Amino acid sequence: MGAALSGGGRWRGLLVALASALLVATACTTPPSGASPTTGASASASAVARGGGGTLHILYWQAPTILNTHKAQGTKDYDAGGLILEPLAKFGPDAKPVPFLASEIPTLQNGGIAADLKSITWKLKQNVKWSDGTDFTADDVVFTWQYVADEKTAASDSETVLGVSKVEAVDKNTVKVSFTDPNPNPYQIFVTGLGNIIQKKQFQSCIGAAAETCAENNKPVGTGPYKLVDFKPGDVVTYTINDSYRDPGKPFFKDVQIKGVADAATAARSVCQAGDSDYGWNMQIEWSILSQIVSGGKCVMVTHDSPNVERILVNRADPSASLGDKRSEPTTQHPFLSDLNVRKALAMAIDRKTLATQLYNETGKATCNIVTAPAEVNSPNTASADICQFDATKAGQLLDQAGWTKAADGKRAKGGKQMVINYLTSTNDLRQKEQAIVKQNWEALGITVNLKNVPASVFFSSDAGNPDTAAHMYYDVEMYTNGSSDPDQQNYLSGWLCNQIAQKSNQWKGNNYERYCSTQYDNLFAQYKKELDKTKRSQLAIQLNDMLVNDVVIIPLVARAFPVASASKDLKGLNGTPWESDLWNIQEWYK
Amino acid sequence: MNRYIIRRLLIAIPTLLIISVVVFAILALAPGDPMSQFAANPAVPPEVRENMRHALGLDQPWPVRYVKWLTEFVQGNWGYSFISKVPVIGLVAQRLPNTLAVLGVAYIVSILIAIPIGIISAVRRYTLFDHTATAFAFIGYSIPTFFSGILLIIIFSIKLHWFPFIYDSTLKVHDFSTLMTQISQSIMPITVLALFETATLTRFVRSEMLENLSLDYVRTARSKGLAERVVIIKHALRNSLIPVVTLIALGVPTIFTGAIITEQIFAVPGVGQLLISSIEVNDTPVVMAITFVYAILVVGFNLVADVLYGALDPRIKYT
Repeated sequence: MGAALSGGGRWRGLLVALASALLVATACTTPPSGASPTTGASASASAVARGGGGTLHILYWQAPTILNTHKAQGTKDYDAGGLILEPLAKFGPDAKPVPFLASEIPTLQNGGIAADLKSITWKLKQNVKWSDGTDFTADDVVFTWQYVADEKTAASDSETVLGVSKVEAVDKNTVKVSFTDPNPNPYQIFVTGLGNIIQKKQFQSCIGAAAETCAENNKPVGTGPYKLVDFKPGDVVTYTINDSYRDPGKPFFKDVQIKGVADAATAARSVCQAGDSDYGWNMQIEWSILSQIVSGGKCVMVTHDSPNVERILVNRADPSASLGDKRSEPTTQHPFLSDLNVRKALAMAIDRKTLATQLYNETGKATCNIVTAPAEVNSPNTASADICQFDATKAGQLLDQAGWTKAADGKRAKGGKQMVINYLTSTNDLRQKEQAIVKQNWEALGITVNLKNVPASVFFSSDAGNPDTAAHMYYDVEMYTNGSSDPDQQNYLSGWLCNQIAQKSNQWKGNNYERYCSTQYDNLFAQYKKELDKTKRSQLAIQLNDMLVNDVVIIPLVARAFPVASASKDLKGLNGTPWESDLWNIQEWYK
Repeated sequence: MNRYIIRRLLIAIPTLLIISVVVFAILALAPGDPMSQFAANPAVPPEVRENMRHALGLDQPWPVRYVKWLTEFVQGNWGYSFISKVPVIGLVAQRLPNTLAVLGVAYIVSILIAIPIGIISAVRRYTLFDHTATAFAFIGYSIPTFFSGILLIIIFSIKLHWFPFIYDSTLKVHDFSTLMTQISQSIMPITVLALFETATLTRFVRSEMLENLSLDYVRTARSKGLAERVVIIKHALRNSLIPVVTLIALGVPTIFTGAIITEQIFAVPGVGQLLISSIEVNDTPVVMAITFVYAILVVGFNLVADVLYGALDPRIKYT
């Protein structure tokens, strides 16, 4: 979940900057100790009893605002709701499903998935109870589908029901999901936080238009390890153990509190320096500042690989303001970015290694792929490709070949027109520093670069009237983070199809912001979509990735180890997975 | 007097209407919408986002939305938050106690400190006390709260470990120890806010006192042989306080909207924090409710200040 990053307001950035400056100024002089990731610590909490721990204090720099995850507004809500609500299965760190409400994972081998891939049959755990003491049954699962599928409910996760023709209760503990077409990804529904099961009894009067203002949205009854005590939207959620939880030995912490604080630095300070809190979510802070805070010694960094890649989008259409209505429409052609040699030069001129080490360090790695996780779809081919090497000389030669030669003033021009790149991203300290590095790299080649940033709430908005949204792409290049939200890449890779181009006629809806259109890509994607064999699918995903990278549709920069969190040194049992909430296995956490 | 109040109240209605139109229009025309958190998220495609916008009624033109909002608002229905789907009135009610506990207390503290300091500064003009008070006032006035707040956190929370810097709104005060916890968690934000408020108010009280102390009626009082205490407190202070009371009354509405920056720094879930986070996600019903109630309070307390002025100063008559 939560692919794109919202950076907060402009003045908040100022706050963070000041806080950071002060903190760095006063931080200890000891060098940052090699903070080691605790991921993979799968030690069981067998030695500890249910409720043996006190209160677990968790800090989020975006406070949860709603607990019914089907009406969630962002990662914070999925995470907070996920302590109460559970799906049938969640994707573990290895991208393999782990059963939660299901008793086992249906596969082709065990017959759970039909051979024609047109249905999947889930066996549910027996004797699971809701926190109000009533039985959890297949009817609740069917109801959840009806709830999400009702268009008037306006569920934010309604993408999961696309192509689902029917969900039926075979018996009390068996659910059969049928698809209209053979589905290579039968885990698309009821798996991950997007597939949380809600109680029929509680929500049956909240379906459709009634969902919008339903009071139950903020006090869901669930099957998860915790139940709600109190919820103050935008501030704090307090939970206590769900006595009906199926595992008698878990969870360890008696109570949990998720509190929203203004910024990541505050959360990090509380965990790492004051030691008041146990877990700080999403440490989106520049490494030089973060490493100082972490050196407080009371915490460790939690990192794991993720599918999220910070990338530069290269516009194929012409964003010149003089075009008026035709601006950045796919019918136009970019004056120089439509030339492969120019795009290659731009990619080769970026020193992504320096960018990654200086600004991200332990929180991200330089990458030349836009599909990076799970491991089997992370292309091994691009690392050696010439466009993935930092080579300013070669980049200069490519520009010369393309006819963009250096004039007497050192600026590149062709036919009397200078090469000027307008570069937009969201307002965020880290992003502005990245922009500065890229600008330096490109200006060294003789290209003029104008930087601009707009608040994340504008940049990422779907407002058709605003020229500064990412989808309008009224700039030559844009930068942000994105990635597949589940191990299957189909939804994500569809974002480069010709019919996905964001443009005026579709009110800039469509995820293809680059205005990239290639029959070759479309054909390969069609093949990928039809392919049902897992290994072959992975190979096709790699081919699609390579095509986008080699054609410099995008310039991948950094694979973010995201979400990155800071956790109290004593906190054990964390086992982060890129496909789920940070708190997905909170029932395993202990001290 | 009554006619005056009624007339003022009637004038307030168009004023408030204009304020509400302007605020609503700004919100509607400002970029961004509540769906921007889903940006480019492949799991939430544009069609789904559009469906959500439709469910919120955001696809209607803003004048239509404004009229709908206004008709509901005058009937006492503040609407539902776009983001958390709960009644706005409940959200504000949840935040108000925290704001009052921090900002309200800070306001009272600063009044209690500022008035005596202002008096002494004026009476003992150009003494060491006056110079020190002046220096502090200028420091308090010129250091922004986001700087003093972080400074206090670093000294008292991170270095000394005396106070927590994340405000716990779930704390319920029911005995001595929880009262102490409440004090320790709110002392830093209160200090930051009081420092700023005190500075402004001290300077004001001081200059008013100085103005009065040199007037004829004070000389008369002194020459009557009254004790200096009586001259200052009964004569000069009473008259100096007239504009001060007005100033204090005009400041009361700001308590309602909270102190946005200080609340953010100390994670105090007050009205100010609610306002700023709602603005960031374009949660129109919440922003409208807070700004409009604020507008009502400002208009109301302006009237209160004017009426008080007349009551305190017999020379002023309203017709």
